[in-house]
Amino acid sequence: MANIMIQRGAQGEYVFYLPKRDLEGTIVSMEFDTPEKWGGEIKLNNGGAYFIEPQAAPDRLPYSVRAKRLDAAE
Amino acid sequence: MSNLTREETEALIAEVLEVYPEKAKKDRAKHLAVNDQSIEQSKKCITSNRKSLPGVMTIRGCAYAGSRGVIWGPIKDMIHISHGPVGCGQYSRAGRRNYYVGTTGVNTFAEMNFTSDFQEKDIVFGGDKKLAKIMEEIEGLFPLNKGISVQSECPIGLIGDDIEAVSKKAAAAYGKPVVPVRCEGFRGVSQSLGHHIANDAIRDWILDPKKEPKAFETTPYDVTVIGDYNIGGDAWSSRILLEEMGLRVIAQWSGDGTLAEMENTPKAKLNLLHCYRSMNYISRYMEEKYAIPWMEYNFFGPTKIAESLRKIAAFFDDSIKAKAEEVIAKYQPLVDAVVAKFKPRLTGKRVMLYVGGLRPRHVIGSYEDLGMEVVGTGYEFAHGDDYDRTIKEMGNATLLYDDVTGFEFEEFVKRVKPDLIGSGIKEKYVFHKMGVPFRQLHSWDYSGPYHGYDGFAVFARDMDMTLNNPCWSKMTPPWKKVAEEAEPVAKAA
Ligand code: SF4
Repeated sequence: MANIMIQRGAQGEYVFYLPKRDLEGTIVSMEFDTPEKWGGEIKLNNGGAYFIEPQAAPDRLPYSVRAKRLDAAE
Repeated sequence: MSNLTREETEALIAEVLEVYPEKAKKDRAKHLAVNDQSIEQSKKCITSNRKSLPGVMTIRGCAYAGSRGVIWGPIKDMIHISHGPVGCGQYSRAGRRNYYVGTTGVNTFAEMNFTSDFQEKDIVFGGDKKLAKIMEEIEGLFPLNKGISVQSECPIGLIGDDIEAVSKKAAAAYGKPVVPVRCEGFRGVSQSLGHHIANDAIRDWILDPKKEPKAFETTPYDVTVIGDYNIGGDAWSSRILLEEMGLRVIAQWSGDGTLAEMENTPKAKLNLLHCYRSMNYISRYMEEKYAIPWMEYNFFGPTKIAESLRKIAAFFDDSIKAKAEEVIAKYQPLVDAVVAKFKPRLTGKRVMLYVGGLRPRHVIGSYEDLGMEVVGTGYEFAHGDDYDRTIKEMGNATLLYDDVTGFEFEEFVKRVKPDLIGSGIKEKYVFHKMGVPFRQLHSWDYSGPYHGYDGFAVFARDMDMTLNNPCWSKMTPPWKKVAEEAEPVAKAA
């Protein structure tokens, strides 16, 4: 489990930030992205993948959330 | 000397690595790279924020230095106790030239050294009582202090003192914030973790505590300057530009900064972040908690200043945008004069940098505005995100070196033969003795400011003064010169 912060980038894309490792990048895909159901498996542009417990979409970004590492980049 | 090609630079790195034992070589190889602008993520070419190798000369500091020296130290109306033995604080006292206004010892304290001066018995029996006593003394002697921070040195964590309990008690007794900071020097691999710990301490002990909000009238144009430590007056020469374009600077973090300014920061409309490395943590936190956007800017050199002013103005209405253009136009004659005077004397000169948080990439623009070229750069304590931001700023095939060792830096300089080196006090005299012009880019070599338009004028003058100083032609002693000079003499005869 890791804390990641999700926000919007300049082009409206999701951007992630991994405070522990000072990693920044874009989220290539997010499994659920509707106001009611948000999260699930997310894929990062560095090849990593995380899982966010599906939940209602946050009212406001940036938003810190706990995520499970599925497949780390490196 | 002309610039090295990619192959030559790669060969140079391989050659320098040759002297290390196998294991060390493998490790150091990851920290040295040839810049390639096509790379998007720096971790593909350079490793950073790792423990330095035992046995090499590293220039890094410790977490205590990052917290006490960089973040907390400049907050002028608080008293920062260097908690532990006397040396850590005394030897670093006033080294960073954080300018401020105020009467030192009465209502401001940034230049002073407060320490609990640990002795053997404090290590054996614990220093909590002593800490409480010091706070009492401070309250008696310096009643105008607005708060106290306890900056832990190594022994505090080792002997397990409870500085949090002492701080809480003192805070209640004196009705002021008393902030325990767990920045023992052994934490982390460099001063970088100290910055982070200090940011977290500000978050937990200054911004978060629920107090009844003090009356503060906001305007739609409130901004803060974050991550400017006012070295030689940098924050001042930045601040006037923001004010001239119609913004109101409500806080300076932390150069010439006060506790009240920090407390007011959550009321800002925009946080302007200069040193990303040391204060991005708190900026990200405020973005999430208080919905204050933050933006990185760069006030080194007219090109970057104009770019940044426009970027800042874009957050506000048209009146601000118009005024930003006015500010840029107003300073254009000054810029032109500086460039006209110094560019001919500096153009084509090559620079190697090795500095800390933001300067290895931020000052590149200043040099380029003067026609100079940065051919190598590196950070003492950067993380991956810093190198991500650096790759695009640097030319292709230039050298990147992370946590460079004394040996590597000297070898690189011998081969790359830069006309100027910008680094810190620990490197300065080595390169002076090698006969290479050198400027301190941490403390501006007793000069400054270098930020803003006014700073650019000082910067250009200083670089010229150093580079074109006649002393560099006197480096070869006369008896070694004989051979070269004998010839023309012989011909004349
Ligand atoms: S490493 Fe420890 S002992 Fe050394 S300066 Fe830092 S806090 Fe002091």
